[in-house]
Amino acid sequence: MSALLEASGVSVDYHRRGAPALRAVDGADLSLARGEILGLVGESGCGKSTLGRAVVGLLPAAGRIRFDGHPIVPLGRRRRAPGMRGLQMVFQDPYASLNPRRWVGDQVGDGYLLGGASRREALRRAGELLERVGLPADAARRYPHEFSGGQRQRIAIARTLAAEPSCIVADEPISALDASAQASVANLLVDLVRELDMGMVFISHDLSVVRQIADRTAVMYLGRVVEAGPTQELWSSPAHPYTRALISAVPRADGAGVLPVELPGDVPDPARPPSGCRFHPRCPLARPECSRDDPPLVVLRDGRSAACVLQNAGEPARPLADSTTHIGKDAT
Amino acid sequence: MGALLEVEDLTVWLATRRGPRMAVDGLSFQVGSGEIFGIAGESGSGKTMTAMALLGLLPHAARTSGKAVFEGRDLLSMSARQLRAVRGRRIAMVSQDPSTSLHPMLSIETQLTEHMRHHLGLGRSEARGRAVELLATVRIPDPEQALGAHAAQFSGGMRQRIAIAVALACEPRLLLADEPTTALDVTVQAGILRLLHRLRAERELAVVVITHDLGVLSAVADRICVMYGGRTAEVGPRENVLTRPRHPYTRGLLDALPHPEGGAAALRPIPGSPPSLGEVPEGCPFHPRCGYAVPDCRTERPAPVLVEPGHASACPPDPLGGIA
Ligand SMILES: Nc1ncnc2c1ncn2[C@@H]1O[C@H](COP(=O)(O)OP(=O)(O)OP(=O)(O)O)[C@@H](O)[C@H]1O
Ligand SMILES: Nc1ncnc2c1ncn2[C@@H]1O[C@H](COP(=O)(O)OP(=O)(O)O)[C@@H](O)[C@H]1O
Ligand code: SF4
Ligand code: SF4
Ligand SMILES: [Mg+2]
Ligand SMILES: [Mg+2]
Repeated sequence: MSALLEASGVSVDYHRRGAPALRAVDGADLSLARGEILGLVGESGCGKSTLGRAVVGLLPAAGRIRFDGHPIVPLGRRRRAPGMRGLQMVFQDPYASLNPRRWVGDQVGDGYLLGGASRREALRRAGELLERVGLPADAARRYPHEFSGGQRQRIAIARTLAAEPSCIVADEPISALDASAQASVANLLVDLVRELDMGMVFISHDLSVVRQIADRTAVMYLGRVVEAGPTQELWSSPAHPYTRALISAVPRADGAGVLPVELPGDVPDPARPPSGCRFHPRCPLARPECSRDDPPLVVLRDGRSAACVLQNAGEPARPLADSTTHIGKDAT
Repeated sequence: MGALLEVEDLTVWLATRRGPRMAVDGLSFQVGSGEIFGIAGESGSGKTMTAMALLGLLPHAARTSGKAVFEGRDLLSMSARQLRAVRGRRIAMVSQDPSTSLHPMLSIETQLTEHMRHHLGLGRSEARGRAVELLATVRIPDPEQALGAHAAQFSGGMRQRIAIAVALACEPRLLLADEPTTALDVTVQAGILRLLHRLRAERELAVVVITHDLGVLSAVADRICVMYGGRTAEVGPRENVLTRPRHPYTRGLLDALPHPEGGAAALRPIPGSPPSLGEVPEGCPFHPRCGYAVPDCRTERPAPVLVEPGHASACPPDPLGGIA
């Protein structure tokens, strides 16, 4: 199956005044099929948003990025190539991206106006889209402040749909919402992907939501994808120690009073990445050679891949050994 | 034994352009010494205003009624001066964004020792010694060096640890933590939750953890109060509330969470959205969103009643009562 969106060896530098360039993404790989949801997870600052923006062409990047068979040429926000309309981004804060003084319907219908429709026609079609995302029909003639956070995110999604995208990169689209609103917006995104046979990269720091909705999951650490694979397998038997650390840190609302497992240390400064495996200073399973050898992302069996010396190319993912070193003194 | 904090019938009116509106409406709860008490609920349910009322830090022109007896004295009837003496000294606060509780321009040392010297009358070197101990307690690597640094030099998780150290400087009996881990990664959150859990055990510190995340409360809280529309929907021991909820709102919050075993099932949101300030419906505030509502729910205001020992729910029809 050919990929809808494919990125390999992508690197992104941020140029900073008075300091050397910062490589926020450093050789990351990603691939997404039509009708598929790919979850992209990792700690804050590991480069999820940067990679997301690079693959939709909003940031200049080195490496190979192809959408629907065509190379992505980053042209900046205002001058995107016409073929790129099929690739759209949804952001975390819908309020920031909506104009407070224009009717919601006009903002959603902008895309149709550009396509030559009359204002009335654009407004009518915007109304249809707003209903599709679960808002009342009269929403088109109201202003953004009249809606809750979850509803505003629906408006932003409706506006994205006006471009009739075949692929959406959603950066923390539900992170600013309450649990219940999160659930309904997540359901909406899943329905849209299935119904319109789109692809979606779903960037989130909430692993439990990703586990529930993503077909495949990619885990980023310090500018790289360190593990990727079918979501259920990746969760039940993580191949990379970092993946396991992330999973064990998620608290469960089961009433059992179990303290989640801490991963000590911070994500290192991307300007000064550690030698060898970038995770080695925090890795409970690190071996001596890990501070020297930088493991590439290799393809294992069953659609999985991982960048860790403990895994071998072409073989099934090996279960990770127990590590109790991080059940610190705080454990009960 | 009396509770450390006893809140009774706390009501908070906030000033709005359309006049005063109720943000907290007759809330009652107790927190024992060394207890971790969780307050949960969707945004706007009045969690933060509850904490602010206890600290005397409500927005301008807000009014309160009811009682909040802490160590035998009513916080709500104290003068501003009396409150200042309690705040920071006996009751401390940690908020969601550590950059608001830490001063950007002052060194960590100044922020840690200022209160100790002022409230506890410690000398410079004594205060400094205690500051080092505190930073070690919250597991800041190299505390000596950290004293000379500024907040911006630390990551979000480290900053929150330092904010907790500052809050602990005068050995308070009660810590109010409003969304203390909401802005943090799960990996870092896990460390903060462990820290709170340890501090309560080592220091008999009482902690009120305010959060919309039931997973967080499941990890650390002894008892949980679920708020809706400024009132208590349900309150009880952690395990009862999370595994045998009796209020349909609590059930709804739990059902909206991703299933712990994953799987392709769709998430189950609660229909509708929480009421805004001043628009809390009559009767049971949850009735427009409740799948179990009966006609009485629209008119009768329910009060929390015991459904099991120590476990109260404000839902007279009690539709979840028969479900094991
Ligand atoms: N405009 C910028 N200029 C310089 N550095 C930046 C810029 N934007 C991001 N960075 C840096 O690049 C790295 C990756 O940032 P990015 O925002 O992609 O992370 P993220 O994984 O999306 O994190 P989060 O979960 O906090 O959103 C970080 O070290 C960040 O500080
Ligand atoms: N400074 C303020 N002025 C007016 N209304 C406020 C203010 N702060 C909060 N509110 C309102 O009070 C209600 C309760 O808010 P809050 O206690 O912050 O809720 P929570 O912490 O549970 O999200 C909400 O309706 C909120 O919009
Ligand atoms: S390569 Fe070594 S340090 Fe890196 S994740 Fe694997 S075991 Fe840990
Ligand atoms: S009192 Fe009525 S509306 Fe309120 S939660 Fe119970 S059943 Fe639902
Ligand atoms: Mg981001
Ligand atoms: Mg709040």
